[in-house]
This record gives sequence, structure tokens and C-alpha cells, in this order.
Amino acid sequence: MASLNKALLNYCIALGDDSLTLGHRLSEWCRNGPFLEEDLALTNVSLDFIGRARLFYTYAAEVEDQGRSEDDLAYLRDCRDYRNFLINELPNGDFAFTMARQLMVDTFDMGFFEGLTRSSDTTLAAIAAKAIKESRYHLRRSQDWIICLGDGTDESHERTQKAINDLWAYTAEMFEMSGEEQQLVDAGVAVDRATLKTDWTTSMQGILKQATLDIPTSDWAIGGGREGQHTEHLGFLLAELQFLQRTYPGQQW
Amino acid sequence: MVGMNHNPATARLYELLSTVVDPEIPVLTLQDLGVLRDVSITDGEVKVSITPTYAGCPAMETMRSDIEKTLAAAGYEQVTVEQVLSPAWSTDWMTQSGREKLRKYGIAPPVNTACGRPTSQIECPQCNSTGVKLISEFGSTACKALYQCQECREPFDYFKCL
Repeated sequence: MASLNKALLNYCIALGDDSLTLGHRLSEWCRNGPFLEEDLALTNVSLDFIGRARLFYTYAAEVEDQGRSEDDLAYLRDCRDYRNFLINELPNGDFAFTMARQLMVDTFDMGFFEGLTRSSDTTLAAIAAKAIKESRYHLRRSQDWIICLGDGTDESHERTQKAINDLWAYTAEMFEMSGEEQQLVDAGVAVDRATLKTDWTTSMQGILKQATLDIPTSDWAIGGGREGQHTEHLGFLLAELQFLQRTYPGQQW
Repeated sequence: MVGMNHNPATARLYELLSTVVDPEIPVLTLQDLGVLRDVSITDGEVKVSITPTYAGCPAMETMRSDIEKTLAAAGYEQVTVEQVLSPAWSTDWMTQSGREKLRKYGIAPPVNTACGRPTSQIECPQCNSTGVKLISEFGSTACKALYQCQECREPFDYFKCL
């Protein structure tokens, strides 16, 4: 039972880390969006991800029951303690790269949160029910953008294809399960992510086809995020995210 | 609607809470919005349950403190405001009078129930024309999208279905 509790704690932290790192990346678009409405859209989506992170961290703190708060989990852990998928921490790149990543993650989130709404853990199921409504909306937008950019000008097509190619290797990790996570699947708590791959690939094929883009064929894959092995980019992200709490511990609004 | 059948003690609380409004759309009360889910009082301890519209809604903290202040001013000293997630908030919970208030305020109320693209017609809150165009899926807050009326040319916020 104790090990299951520990697994649940790690699960909640990893899901919080996925949401926080991507939410932070999207927030970097604030005042840098290609035009005002898109600036608002990117930061609104960012807010949804940060909101999710808060829900997962709050629950993690409750499961751990050691007096740590959601803020401690966000601001006082180092790179090696973060468990997010690498795709979420990569720098924004150009607008095509940001939207291509969003399409991949939104499509994944649809399947993942749909599964998580059936979790035997009522808190996780409630967070998932909330998140999936937002993801549906996010996907509508990222899908439209990829079709618009892919089937757009030569320049936008080329950049979007490059983004898809560059990101592809990072998607494999989203479908790799750890032994600890499998324990939670057996207990009816977690989603078996390996089973989501077929539907995800089919959805991506459909959208990319509509966008006149090619689906990458390379099976080169990179991972390690769930084990705390990150790209060099996460350190810089956390430096900005955590600066205030590290410099002025306990500071509040 | 939540909270229609209650005893005199909770009726008084609901009455007090009917003055607490959404900080970002002050024309709507928390009841109009469907955010106020439950109110109870046991041995002088008040418990208020609210649910977020969006997971990252930054107005939750303000709502919480507004509820506490309102009840404290009426003499309720022990107040707990609890955030509930399930069932997930939906625009279906917005009251009819809330929808009317939104329209008068210049925000088009949500028109259909599912979270798909609006199928029935969105009306311009200024001139009631249905000749409207989507400008952006997101507006000034997470719960709104930006539209423009093709008749009177006014841009306006549309409260998205969720």
C-alpha cells in the first residue's frame, strides 16, 4: 500500500510537471504573439495548463502529507526532480513549432484525459473531467492552425514540416510506461499510455494529410523526462520560473 | 438551480451571497454563473462550495475572499470556502437571468450546450444581428471568445460554451 501511495505521488507530480513546463513555455509568448488576438489565445491556453498544474500539485501535496505545498513542488525542486515529458520543456521556436507541439500534446491529452476520467481515484477523475473540456477547445485551435500553416504559403508549409520533423522524436516518450506507473494502471488509477499510441497516430495522420504535410517516418526517439533526465533547456526554464522564490524564500503576492 | 430548497438559516446565507459577483464580469453573481455550488451551516460554522469555470481561472481567489468578507460583515465568523471540481462546471449552469444580464452588458451569452463550434446563431448583443464573424477563439478572459458584428461593425465578447 505504501508503495502504491508513493507511485500515486510521483504520478501526480509528473502530470503537474507536464502542465507547468508547457504552461510556462506558452506564457513566454505573452506580448510576443504574432498579433494581439493570438497573443491572448496563447496566454489563455497557458493559463489552462498552469491551472492544471496547480490541481495536480495540490493533490500531490495532499497525498504526500509531509507539509509541502503546491508552491513548494513548483518552485523548490530542481531539474532532476522534474518528471515532465521532454517535448513540454523545449524552447518555443517559431510560431509553427509552438503550434505543432500544441497539436501533438493536445491530441495526446484528449486520449489521456478521456482515460483518466475513468480513474478509480476520484480526485484524478475530477481533474481529468475538467481538463478534457479545455483540451477539446485547445485541439480545435491547434488543428486549425496546422492546417492553415501547412496548406498555406511555401514558407509556412516548409517551417511547419520542419517543426513536425524536429518534434517527432520527442513524441515516443508519451507512450512509454514505467513499472511504477503500470502498478497504478493495475490498481485502476492510471491510464495505460501505451494503448493511446494507435489512436494518436491515426489522428495525427488525418490532420497532417489535410495540412498537406508528411508524417515523419524516422523511428529515432528520445526520452528520459519521466526519469528526471532532461534537455539543457529545462534548467533555464526553471531559473526564470523559480528565481523569485529562490531569491526571496516564502515571498507572497 | 442549486440552493432553491433550503431552510431559513441557509436562505439567509444565499441572500447574502447573492451580492457577491464575478470580479471579471461584475454584472453576474456567483449564482448566475453557476459557480456557487453549495452552502451549509452547522453549529455556527458556514461552509461554502464553489467550482472554477476554468482550471486556471485567476478569479477564484478573489471570489473566495469576497465570500469571506461578505459573510464576515454579516457576523459569520467561521467560514470555510471549499473548491469542488466535480461535477465539472458547465455553461449549462448559467441561469436564464444571468444570460439576459450578460446580453445587456454587451457580452453574447453561450448559445449551445456542447463544447463544439457554435451551431446555432450567435447574436450581436448590440443590434441582435446574426451576421457575426469569429475574430479569435479566445477573448479578454479564458471564458470568452472574440466576435465582430458584420452589421453594426462592433466587436464583442461571446461567452464560450463549456
